[in-house]
Amino acid sequence: MSSEFAVDIQKITKKYGKEEVLKDVTLQISKGQFFGLLGPNGAGKSTLINTIAGLVRPTSGSISIMGQDVIKNYREARRALGLVPQELLDEPFFDIENLLKLQSGYFSIKNNDEWINELLEVMELKKQAKKKMSMLSGGMKRRVLIAMALVHKPSVIILDEPTAGVDINLRRNLWKFIKQLHKLGHTIILTTHYLEEAETLCDYIAIIDCGKIITQQSKTELLKNHNNKQLEHIFMELIDRETDEE
Amino acid sequence: MNFYGTLMLFYKEVMRFLSVFMQTILAPVINAVLFLIVFYPFGEQMTGFGFSNVDYGLFLIPGLLMMSVLQNAFANSSSSMIQAKNYGNVIFMLVAPLSSFEIMLAFVAGAIVRGILVALAVYLVGGLFYEINIVHPLATFALVFLSSLVMGAMGLIAGIWADRYDHLAGFQNFVILPLTFLSGVFYSTQNLPEIWYQISLWNPFFYMIDALRFSILGQSDIDIFISIWAIICFAISTCLCAWWMLHTGYRLRH
Repeated sequence: MSSEFAVDIQKITKKYGKEEVLKDVTLQISKGQFFGLLGPNGAGKSTLINTIAGLVRPTSGSISIMGQDVIKNYREARRALGLVPQELLDEPFFDIENLLKLQSGYFSIKNNDEWINELLEVMELKKQAKKKMSMLSGGMKRRVLIAMALVHKPSVIILDEPTAGVDINLRRNLWKFIKQLHKLGHTIILTTHYLEEAETLCDYIAIIDCGKIITQQSKTELLKNHNNKQLEHIFMELIDRETDEE
Repeated sequence: MNFYGTLMLFYKEVMRFLSVFMQTILAPVINAVLFLIVFYPFGEQMTGFGFSNVDYGLFLIPGLLMMSVLQNAFANSSSSMIQAKNYGNVIFMLVAPLSSFEIMLAFVAGAIVRGILVALAVYLVGGLFYEINIVHPLATFALVFLSSLVMGAMGLIAGIWADRYDHLAGFQNFVILPLTFLSGVFYSTQNLPEIWYQISLWNPFFYMIDALRFSILGQSDIDIFISIWAIICFAISTCLCAWWMLHTGYRLRH
């Protein structure tokens, strides 16, 4: 099934008991876009991202990735998606290289050594390849998570606050690599609290607050409609307006 | 079906427990050996436990073997799942194109391999104490396989259900351990008062131990076919329950 959208989110609602954390969210992310999903803490960014990745089951609505429904055609949808989660995690039994091999295997990819070596090289993990995750620093773990998300060469890459707690050097290298992937045609979805990052990198921006999308437009339009103010100012204006209206 | 993906998850499950084989294979063997050391000197003196022409120590071996299989198959899948949840690496599996059935298959198969290896190890060390001539070798293998399958699925259920190690320890200490000790490992249910005999019939592990005793010694408390049917029913129900939990994303996909 082909679709003009890399990610097509239609009327997604998510309730935990009586609390509605996503309210009728509709978003369409075109193929090849560098998309920024911004919002304050607790706005619903991670819930939305985890719903796209199939880690959260929506109460209603539908999501497709590259034209594949994340529930009905979950295998194809998951093959098209790479998720870098926000939380750092651990794996005490396997070294980094074997973890990447195992993850390739889950995606039915045999003999992926060449790409794994490239990932280790780009993520500057060569020296850590035989180490276990528990032996790595937070920044190193973040690199491993990025490598894990890319091991099956997904068309759509979601980065949930990938630079949180990461030093400036890795941040620069990471963005250089992500820009390369974007140039190669990958669709990138980024959530970040560093608004200058979003302003520099993203070509389309959506802002979510209290589970609702309060704006979604191209970065150029967004800046133009707000007299070319900095994204940070626009973000604060929109969030404050939303809070006042409530 | 994602055969290669399932195979890799199974491989991961096996390599995980082999990487800590002292704890996962040797420890249960030492446990069984200690029981044999304790009971070995009294073996010939113990009579009237319900089995004719069998030394008490030899009578114990199928029970000890199955007890080790049950506890270790359960521990394998339950600890693997709860560790994956607590360390957060369960996400690697959940974002992969693996179906609920494939995940269940890999976890249960890993538990079966551990169950079989532990059974083999206990059998070999049991041979140092007694000459064990297995009466029905194929049935013995099938019973170890099926019982590991039941416990692998049960461990997966417990691992998904448990939020903390404490929950899992509670399940192991208050459910699995009493059921294994009260399943006829150390006694024949023929000698129990009627009420306790009837209660034993509600214990799933009783059927596994009794059937294994028949396959190894050629004697059992109840008809082997009843036990086999009971084990098959437990296998189907535990696998269905584990699959349902994975399919609905219970405590995994929020």
